[in-house]
Amino acid sequence: MLLAASVIQSFAQQVVSGVASGAIYASLALALVLIYRAMDVANFAQGEMAMFATFVAYTLITQFHLPYLLAFVLTILLAFAGGVIVERAFVRPFEGAPVLTLVIVTLALFSIVNGLAGLIWGYVFKTFDSPFPARSVQVGGVFVGIQDLGVIAVTLVVLAVVFSFFRYTRLGLAMRAAALYPESSRLLGVRTSRMLALGWGLAAAVGAVSGMMVAPIVFLDPNMMQPVLLFAFAAAVLGGIESPVGSVIGGVIVGVLLALVGTYLPGGQNLRIPFGLIVIVAVLLFRPAGLFGRREMKRV
Amino acid sequence: MVLLELTQVVATYGPVRALHGIDAQVPEGSIVALLGANGAGKTTTLRAISGMVKATGRIRFDGHEVLNRRPEDVARLGVAHVPEGRGTLAQLTVWENLQMGAYIRRDRNRVKQDLDRVCGYFPWIPQRRRQPAALLSGGEQQMLAIARALMLRPRLLLLDEPSLGLAPIVVREIFDLIQAINREEGLTVLVVEQNASLALQLARRAYVLEVGRVVLEGESDELARNESVRKSYLGY
Ligand SMILES: Nc1ncnc2c1ncn2[C@@H]1O[C@H](COP(=O)(O)OP(=O)(O)OP(=O)(O)O)[C@@H](O)[C@H]1O
Ligand SMILES: [Mg+2]
Repeated sequence: MLLAASVIQSFAQQVVSGVASGAIYASLALALVLIYRAMDVANFAQGEMAMFATFVAYTLITQFHLPYLLAFVLTILLAFAGGVIVERAFVRPFEGAPVLTLVIVTLALFSIVNGLAGLIWGYVFKTFDSPFPARSVQVGGVFVGIQDLGVIAVTLVVLAVVFSFFRYTRLGLAMRAAALYPESSRLLGVRTSRMLALGWGLAAAVGAVSGMMVAPIVFLDPNMMQPVLLFAFAAAVLGGIESPVGSVIGGVIVGVLLALVGTYLPGGQNLRIPFGLIVIVAVLLFRPAGLFGRREMKRV
Repeated sequence: MVLLELTQVVATYGPVRALHGIDAQVPEGSIVALLGANGAGKTTTLRAISGMVKATGRIRFDGHEVLNRRPEDVARLGVAHVPEGRGTLAQLTVWENLQMGAYIRRDRNRVKQDLDRVCGYFPWIPQRRRQPAALLSGGEQQMLAIARALMLRPRLLLLDEPSLGLAPIVVREIFDLIQAINREEGLTVLVVEQNASLALQLARRAYVLEVGRVVLEGESDELARNESVRKSYLGY
């Protein structure tokens, strides 16, 4: 009886912390989807850009002694600007190029950003303090970490802002139209090229949040985001790489599955990366459009 | 005053030359039709005006040289282009389509009035405003495309085969509507049409294109009496 209770307790804790990790994957997955929808290219540098932003936050906090919240907001703004600049400098020159060219550009960006971060901040692991206390609270008979709840809450706020922006603002509407129907949108006066730059900025900002949320868990170093990127890809592919909502749900599913795999399978911690790859391959094989992917809207 | 003037416009798709030097004029406040068989270059002419295809020559709109300007900049000068295939923003709702039509406008109150106005023209719109435009029938999408174009408050409306796929009675309604807006608000229209007899009723002037060249031009009633036009395009 007691044993059963503790099994349930530990299972519930794993689920909650899985949802929290999933929230982190969801942010980065959403960033991937935003760019994918706009240019049909997965941005392989998305994780590295998030890592770079996290180092910026680290510097703002440790060198400039800014309070966490201020550094957090400032980093998001800087990441946005950085995303816009990266698009203008590295992507715009390849406008209209084949997809493969653009993929190679993002891979090059991956190495450049990674190397640059190593050059500036070095490869020694750094601790990035969490803004949340390390305590647990009891919710419905289950102990859950405030850290986990905090990550989930922050992610929910970010997602709500992003989705409201796309749904309720004129600019968000124009960005959606430009991503889906570039030619028609241009005939309506939409500067689609500018919309793409804004999309990169937005993606970088959302990605930065995932970086800042993951850093306290894994230590800060230039390679920190690489597993996260893999899981974000798994999330995006699972949800449907064209679907922002799907990417978020995919993130949560991947997060929970990984937590359970890591806990309950023997040697599970080492199975996380292969598991992420398996998810990607399995979805691409059996349901390429993902759970929420472009089911072309049909008239009935 | 001539609102739109094309001088020796040559347009190419890669190695394929689609227009071989088009000369045409659209007077302000008029309706002008472009007629011609499939592949004559009607769509390409409209695309050249909107900057969607590379061209040489001269295209003057309202005192601006618009040749090879970007489509978004041409739109911002007040040219609304309903393209071949309607340009429906299929995944967006009907209402969002209309809002995108008014994207470049800043006069919010007038935009609201214009939303009411187009709902007056197409009374089915309000009850379906929340539906994705993809769910509309072909004819409804064509009406939505025209409504969207009107939302821009254009000075020049470019219509590429507005009658395509519409029931004859709906075509009538739409053509009457275009004529009414032209008469009441002085909207200038350049319309590409397969249905020559209808187009000649709608338009004051018309140009007949054959393989990328203007082969005939004139007042509509003149053209309607012309032997070769009657044979080739009117079928009597
Ligand atoms: N994207 C393209 N690439 C290559 N050639 C093209 C392209 N679009 C049109 N053309 C060619 O240009 C010529 C003119 O085409 P256009 O579409 O302007 O004709 P149209 O008069 O609009 O015909 P329709 O009545 O069938 O719509 C045709 O010979 C066509 O094959
Ligand atoms: Mg055509």
